[in-house]
Amino acid sequence: MSRILIENGRVIDPSQQIDRVMNLLIDGGKIAAYDVQPAAEDTVIDATGKIVSPGLIDMHVHLREPGREEDETIRTGTAAALAGGFTSIACIPNTEPPIDSQATVEFVRHQANRADQCNVFVLGCVSKNREGKELAEIAQLYEAGAVAFTDDGAPVYDAELMRRAFEYCLMFDKPILNHAEILELTQHGVMHEGLVSLQLGLGGIPAAAEDVMVSRDIALAEATGGRLHIMHVSTAGSVEALRRAKKRGVRVTAEVTPHHLTLTDEALRTFDSNYKMNPPLRSRDHVDACIAALADGTLDAIATDHAPHAQEKKMQELDRAPFGIVGLETCLGLVVTQLIEPGHLDWSTALAKMTVNPARILGIAKGTLAIGADADVTVIDPDVQWTVDPAQFCSKSRNTPYTGWVLRGRATTVIVGGRIKFQR
Amino acid sequence: MISDLVDLGPVPDCWTRRHLLGLEDLTAEELTLILDKADVFRKAIDEGHRKFPLLTGRTCVNLFFENSTRTRTSFSLAARRLGADTVDFSAATSSLSKGETVIDTAKNIEAMGVDVMVVRHRTPGTPRLLSQNLDCSIVNAGDGPHEHPTQGLLDILTIRQRLGRIAGLTVAMVGDIAHSRTARSNIWGLKTLGAEVIVCGPSTLVSPRWRELGVEYSYSLDAILPRVDVLNLLRIQFERQFTRPFPSVREYATLYAMDSQRLAKTKDDILILAPGPINRGVEVTPDVADGDHSAILQQVTNGVAVRMAVLWLLAGRP
Repeated sequence: MSRILIENGRVIDPSQQIDRVMNLLIDGGKIAAYDVQPAAEDTVIDATGKIVSPGLIDMHVHLREPGREEDETIRTGTAAALAGGFTSIACIPNTEPPIDSQATVEFVRHQANRADQCNVFVLGCVSKNREGKELAEIAQLYEAGAVAFTDDGAPVYDAELMRRAFEYCLMFDKPILNHAEILELTQHGVMHEGLVSLQLGLGGIPAAAEDVMVSRDIALAEATGGRLHIMHVSTAGSVEALRRAKKRGVRVTAEVTPHHLTLTDEALRTFDSNYKMNPPLRSRDHVDACIAALADGTLDAIATDHAPHAQEKKMQELDRAPFGIVGLETCLGLVVTQLIEPGHLDWSTALAKMTVNPARILGIAKGTLAIGADADVTVIDPDVQWTVDPAQFCSKSRNTPYTGWVLRGRATTVIVGGRIKFQR
Repeated sequence: MISDLVDLGPVPDCWTRRHLLGLEDLTAEELTLILDKADVFRKAIDEGHRKFPLLTGRTCVNLFFENSTRTRTSFSLAARRLGADTVDFSAATSSLSKGETVIDTAKNIEAMGVDVMVVRHRTPGTPRLLSQNLDCSIVNAGDGPHEHPTQGLLDILTIRQRLGRIAGLTVAMVGDIAHSRTARSNIWGLKTLGAEVIVCGPSTLVSPRWRELGVEYSYSLDAILPRVDVLNLLRIQFERQFTRPFPSVREYATLYAMDSQRLAKTKDDILILAPGPINRGVEVTPDVADGDHSAILQQVTNGVAVRMAVLWLLAGRP
């Protein structure tokens, strides 16, 4: 494996509080040295004017394989990840069959190795067959390589099962990732319950449906000492509950998606199903609360909830169309354009939410440019302007609400394990 | 020959819409144009005319994914009186049950040569979805609790005929506001034309947030009775309610049924509308429904005239 020297870039590594222009040497698949000059045989990447970041991590990706390969495959999903600047992703186990056994974990890892693009970390189910009744064989899933546990797509609904899951995972020091939703409050809902849903006559998903479940999960994590991670936080109430819990020392972390930071329920006035997701796009006050919570550290990670759906599924009546949008290929540009440029986050904080923080939550040795670490590196051109065109996506699906948006900031070189896997 | 029957003139240049999806974004001029033309048709119908060959050679399809007798019959009659060919298509007999998407179903029907498609669907926004994917004109005949523009128009036309104006009137929509497309279409149309609107019903069906849209709300029918000019009594939409919003129909009726005792508290010239089908004894007692203040049957007759005006405006250009 040849040496790669990334020259003259602004290296930002939040894991070590590094933010300075320097040369970065990769050798043998590892980060080898800083501030060295190129040797004759080195592959040199000129990063002048660019940002050199630890490889980005998306801890919430639906790869759909096995079972729904018409929406996405591990190959297309990992290609989309690279195009978006991600060197590692964690995939959600709500596949068909769900990832609730060693065999399915191994299948996904095998397919990811075959695809040979970005790193894929597997999340295992909390419950057998994602039915929410009995615990899945969590120890064996862990042995097979699952890095955390979730029934996402649905909440772990039974409070006793959730309590047992927290207790059981204490043995592995792994978090339970929960999709927080009280289902009785969201039946037939397609959008945030508020003024816009009132006007449009569309079924509402109240913020309280999330708030109540977040509070339950916090109480159970606190009671057991277990680790809780709240997925795709979307409400001011969740944020407030998380802030108080963190202050008390509850072992809780949380993520937020780019769409919950950049769009509101006003978008539903178009009745376009590309604005239909769960949790739904909320009203401005909730969005502002999420942005503030991201800035003050209450929300730890930015994750896309990349949810590909084939076009024929999305082109339906709003109540029939499935929830969710693709996110891998627009995330970085949205973070730069909508969060960094307006001054909500500085570069180091923003990159922490996409590198070291998700790595720590999942307990994976990624998200750092420390000497000796795996050479996963994302080189970002912070100034390049581009227009979102779904026809250019590497993902198999095109269900994005950002078509036509002009964004700034894009990955130009993506290095995984010391090999250049993507360049534009 | 046409001008012998009705004094319409050509479709005016100020009408530029290809679809009628709702009343929310119609201007006062557009609303008034439809109402004026509907009045012309109504007068001609009252004079005994039945055929107005203004849409000869055009084809109107009723594409109904929800049950309806009154609205579908009304649209069919309106189209036939204008000389158009009409076809009914109901979801129960369609290939939707074979897994075809709504867009494919509509495109297939359109390919048979359709000028206007009248669509009813349980889901808000479906007529708009079709308007974005088809070339023919789309008329929304009710999309879930969102809008039912021709119902709103015929209610407003009835008010204008009976009370002579819309601006300055106080109109109360009573009952299941949450699930009512009729309420929404009435609210937008009435507000644009200068009326005050009150939504009234139990607190599980009437949101205080209506105030943010310039609409007054009240939980007490008795409290608002003395100051309203029009009462529009909405049907309780049991089929759209997923959890019961009030303990019993009996209790609802004690609070909101319009009966002769409540009628005595209203203005002398109160006008009572009901978009129907009415649940007698729930929203309104039979004596009130059939009494002098009720315009329920006039609404139905106006329905045909309004739909003739809408179809003519959308498809009446040569």
